[in-house]
Amino acid sequence: MNAVKRLLREIAKYPSAVFGLIIVLLLVALAVYALVTIPYSEAVRLWRGGETVWYQNPKNVPPAWFNLFSARKLPESFAVKAGEEGFTKTVTPGEQNTSKIDFTYSFEFDYDEFPQELLLYFDAKYESKSPFVSIYLITPDDREIRISDFGVSQRQTFRFSQDEKLQRRLRRVEPMKGLFAVPDSDPMTPLKGTYQLVINGLTFEPDSDVNAEFVMHGQLYGLAGTDHNRRDIMVALLYGAPVAMAFGLLAALGTSILSMSISAIGTWYGGWLDEVIQRITEINLVLPFLAILIMVGTFYSRSIWTILGVTILLSIFTGSIKTYRAIFLQVKESTYIEAARAYGASDFRIIFTYLIPRMIPLLIPALVSAVPSYVFLEASLAVLGLGDPVLPTWGKLVNDAFTNGALYKSQYYWILEPAALLMITGLGFAMLGFALDRIFNPRLRGV
Amino acid sequence: MTLEIEAEGAGTKRTSANSTFSRVGRFVLMRLVLLFFTIVAGVYLTILIANMGGYVDTIMKNDIRERVTTSVAAATANQNISTETRRSMIEQRIALEERRLGLDRPFVERSFRYLGNALRLQLGRAVYMVSDNGSREVRNIILERLPPTLLLMGTSQLFLFFFSVLIALTLSRAYGSFWDKLVITLSPTSAAPPWFYGIFFILVFAAVLKVLPFGGMVDAPPPANTFDYIVNVLKHLILPAGSLIISALFFSIYNWRTFFLIYSSEDYVDMAKAKGLSDRDIERRYILRPTLPTIVTNFALLVITLWSGATLTETVFLWPGLGRTIFRAIGFYDTPVIVGTTIIYAYLLALTVFLLDFIYALVDPRVKIGGGSHP
Repeated sequence: MNAVKRLLREIAKYPSAVFGLIIVLLLVALAVYALVTIPYSEAVRLWRGGETVWYQNPKNVPPAWFNLFSARKLPESFAVKAGEEGFTKTVTPGEQNTSKIDFTYSFEFDYDEFPQELLLYFDAKYESKSPFVSIYLITPDDREIRISDFGVSQRQTFRFSQDEKLQRRLRRVEPMKGLFAVPDSDPMTPLKGTYQLVINGLTFEPDSDVNAEFVMHGQLYGLAGTDHNRRDIMVALLYGAPVAMAFGLLAALGTSILSMSISAIGTWYGGWLDEVIQRITEINLVLPFLAILIMVGTFYSRSIWTILGVTILLSIFTGSIKTYRAIFLQVKESTYIEAARAYGASDFRIIFTYLIPRMIPLLIPALVSAVPSYVFLEASLAVLGLGDPVLPTWGKLVNDAFTNGALYKSQYYWILEPAALLMITGLGFAMLGFALDRIFNPRLRGV
Repeated sequence: MTLEIEAEGAGTKRTSANSTFSRVGRFVLMRLVLLFFTIVAGVYLTILIANMGGYVDTIMKNDIRERVTTSVAAATANQNISTETRRSMIEQRIALEERRLGLDRPFVERSFRYLGNALRLQLGRAVYMVSDNGSREVRNIILERLPPTLLLMGTSQLFLFFFSVLIALTLSRAYGSFWDKLVITLSPTSAAPPWFYGIFFILVFAAVLKVLPFGGMVDAPPPANTFDYIVNVLKHLILPAGSLIISALFFSIYNWRTFFLIYSSEDYVDMAKAKGLSDRDIERRYILRPTLPTIVTNFALLVITLWSGATLTETVFLWPGLGRTIFRAIGFYDTPVIVGTTIIYAYLLALTVFLLDFIYALVDPRVKIGGGSHP
């Protein structure tokens, strides 16, 4: 406990280290939060669920808080089901087993741009005679615009912009503009105020029922916007945190510990074992690291655990083994090791109780500084298209954005959000690692 | 008495000259053998991985079967042929294609053939890939992509190297100053890889400011005369090289500066200052000299990375280089190309490592070739 307190006091001397530590702790907290609120199966469902999960969101829109910074307010999206949140549904039974079902929903529209789309999803229950609905929109200046009337099948989607009769009725103007614009304005500006959607339904059977869901695809959505598949980017941003942290930390930890252990064993036993380890290191130098990862990803499996395993395997036998070896060689000759050998300590005990603990102070900064490179490695593979196929990660977002030309289409938020998170992660760990390096490395003290 | 000593002296001199020669000779031989063995092992391992121990054969065979079947079924000339004849036609074509790609032999045999050819630098012909001027020869494919990679990596790494060493040298004298603190604060920015900065650069300079191109090496269509062509290429070079440089710059400067500081805190430097030598003399003779082996090592390793290229940076900027070619080759299961690039890289690496030992001996008087254990 004292050692930790001393360490923290040392870290406090470097402001950048404190900053880095705070960032790291925040990231860990974010990762834990993400894992708790969105368990794995839920994350997969949200990310790969398909139309049924994403239908309520607009396509390729920026986050909702953009409105705080722009003069022209863009419409936000919403979705309401009948019977909740002001979407009233009244059933009035009539004669001969018919009944009237009336839906009304009032919503505010105080924006300077038109929405992307309005949709109505109908669910009807009937045996032979399908219910009939008439849809109207009442504008703030009390015009009643007839949208459509039709018989509803069991599952029916009504897209306002794609109804031809509506287009004709609006005199060939695109429905979103036609419905919301101030009449005869040029250029078309939206009419602000309270709109009311009215649906008059008529059912012809005793047990017949109609349910509706009203969705408006605005030009903004959520905390992070949506992508080309209507997915909420926030899900990927949240869930990318534990993935990135797990990958980075596990890879860095695994590589450091294995590297150090192998180096210690080799140095201690000397002889042919040492030579073999050196040769393996040289062979590993020849192998093209990224190319092999790409090959494993393409031919074998893109699962993140496979990639993690191969990364660790290829990263153990690197130059750090030589560095550790040099230090171990020095330590090996010291007197207390000689004493240990004299009292008959087994090789195993000497290596793991004496040699390796000497290394740990030097190991820690290297470990912390290595985490960003592994986080970015995972992102790199995702950008190349070889990321884990199931999980939403930050690299995946960058890849999606890049493949869909986000930069050309000015959808900067799509790239900037995961990129910013990657950068913050990298900076946090790097700053902490730097300071730890200066604390632990005796040659750098005071420099 | 004197005669005896002289005779002894002469004898010792001859043996010592002989012993140096035999020592160096033995060392060179051993090194070459070891390096060769390393190359063989490394390349063979790459071949195994590039074929997933023969699994890729299965993928390719299935791929061939599907392609041939669909093409035969789709050809209108085959509509009236009976199913048996069509089936035998399909099998014939599949067998032919497999023979072309060498899939009719077991994988192990082919792997050794690849290895042998690669070691003799007979790179053969690619399976599917074609170079821009139409050649299937792996040598041509690689040679065509090599200049852009060399251009990109060369300018960025050389600039980075010399710039960071020189700045670090100056900075090591100004310990604790504003610039020093600035470099230290900015060094964690190197945590981000070059392609990361590349995306930001494209965002700012190409998308928003519209002053520099989004990617590629040259405008399409390229300018007619040579001078404009060169200027155009340089214009396209700015962003990719810039991202490579910025990504590593501050960390490089920091490393070199720390390195120089450690060496400039030695006693003999203090003595030189007390003697009243000029700063430049101190730098040159007392700081640069002992650090030269490390600088040279780093430079040699840098030269090696020139060939491997930066795969992701090239992908982000659509730069037609070797890194992207390897990536595409993997996507095509094109083993000859993958092996070809690996073997060239391996030979260059081995050559550089080999030469390094001699350069060490030249530069560091404490090092004797073949003497003492290797660090």
